[in-house]
Amino acid sequence: MKILEGLYYSKDHEWIKVDEGKAYIGITDYAQKALGEIVYVEMPEIDDELNVGDVFGVIESVKAASDSYTPVSGKVIEINEELEDSPQLLNENPYESWIFVIEMRDKSELENLMSSEEYEEFLKTESH
Amino acid sequence: MKELKKTSLFEAHKRYGAKMIDFSGWVLPLQYEGITAEHEAVRNFAGLFDVSHMGEVEVKGNEAFDFVQNLITNDASILEDHQVIYTLMCYPYGGVVDDLLVYKFTNKHFYLVINASNVEKDFNWMKQNLGNYDVELTNISDNVSEMAIQGPNAEKILQKLTDTDLSTIKFFYCKKDVKVAGANCLISRTGYTGEDGFEIYLSHEDAETVWDKLLKVGKEFGLKPAGLGARDTLRFEATLPLYGNELSENITPLEAGLGFFVKLDKQNFIGKEALLKQKEEGLKRKIVGFEMIDRGIPRHGYDVIADGRNIGFVTTGYSAITVKKNIGLAMVDIEYAKLGTPIEIKVRKKNLKAKVISKKFYTKNYKK
Repeated sequence: MKILEGLYYSKDHEWIKVDEGKAYIGITDYAQKALGEIVYVEMPEIDDELNVGDVFGVIESVKAASDSYTPVSGKVIEINEELEDSPQLLNENPYESWIFVIEMRDKSELENLMSSEEYEEFLKTESH
Repeated sequence: MKELKKTSLFEAHKRYGAKMIDFSGWVLPLQYEGITAEHEAVRNFAGLFDVSHMGEVEVKGNEAFDFVQNLITNDASILEDHQVIYTLMCYPYGGVVDDLLVYKFTNKHFYLVINASNVEKDFNWMKQNLGNYDVELTNISDNVSEMAIQGPNAEKILQKLTDTDLSTIKFFYCKKDVKVAGANCLISRTGYTGEDGFEIYLSHEDAETVWDKLLKVGKEFGLKPAGLGARDTLRFEATLPLYGNELSENITPLEAGLGFFVKLDKQNFIGKEALLKQKEEGLKRKIVGFEMIDRGIPRHGYDVIADGRNIGFVTTGYSAITVKKNIGLAMVDIEYAKLGTPIEIKVRKKNLKAKVISKKFYTKNYKK
């Protein structure tokens, strides 16, 4: 299971890369493997105001549709349009393929997220 | 939590890297390599499925034929010995108890293959309708392992492990006491993917050996182990109905579009009166195929909308692998059932455009 250093991780298996108040959000290698082959990504819309825990979109695998949750609050400023035609990029390159970018409202929310080491520990408790 | 049942192939699935899930109380492989790869293997080469969770009921006795004939909607009188038919069992009001395969060995000996999730319900239903028939019913579900090899190369692969000339087993026929890799098997040319292939019934002790040998000799013919995920995408594309989706106690076979398997001219069977009445009065709703026009994938249970009101529900939907479209089956009010009718599917918060299309999503590839 690939885990990158320097990113933040949520318990819902999103990764968050912070760049000057902007948060790039994607799903982890663990998440893409658990979902299976991804065939559709329903993304938020630009200017959507999202709060932590809101459903930002839906990731659909061959088998099922799974809700995805917002890990940090703020305004959606960009979405990865490439995923509209190539949702399988989430399987192929989960850490290259961010889904959307949020302009963060409250940087202190990052404290509630996990480091790569903490996420690695978390995965051990998740797998059974 | 209730302990999940394991099939005799549980260890084999782990060796082949399966992702296991809980399915109707059984722990079964959802997929090995991936649903798409397994689906395509079955369409183009062959796939091997563990279907040991399916239930089997043996019907033996002087009046076995009469009992079966009364129980099912299809006509067992047309069956030769060692022939198999697909059929439904209905309640008196026309709803479906289950869909099943009926294997006829002789007029005094039948074998009914039923869905895993319905075994208890079905067996109780059969006992309840036993009446005075001179018949002995035995639920042998726990004694039988079953696997299915499906795909255009299925015969070639299975032939490597048996001296029985498989070309003599015609579509929807079976043969007892076939030796596969030395194991005693019941084999039928049936399946659930829309492709040619065989279902193999055997003892638990032999299952893992046969499974491994099939995968070994099948490798050069493109055989892959395939899980429940591919089984569902394959059967859906071939428009084969699934109990709990297209069929249920609240749906009649006529509404499901399975009138072909309901022989209303047959003397009598449970549900005949209700189904005859439904046919005479005309259907008020039925299952149609549809294709998404807007982007989005329809899923089981989503609402179908037209003229601003709810007109039905999706029974199955997928981003279909061979057909390469977002398509589904839906139960809709009859006035929206015509080909080309614009409908909408409520995908989460949005109503997305779709249209009614033929249910023949994929042309079945049976060897008849």
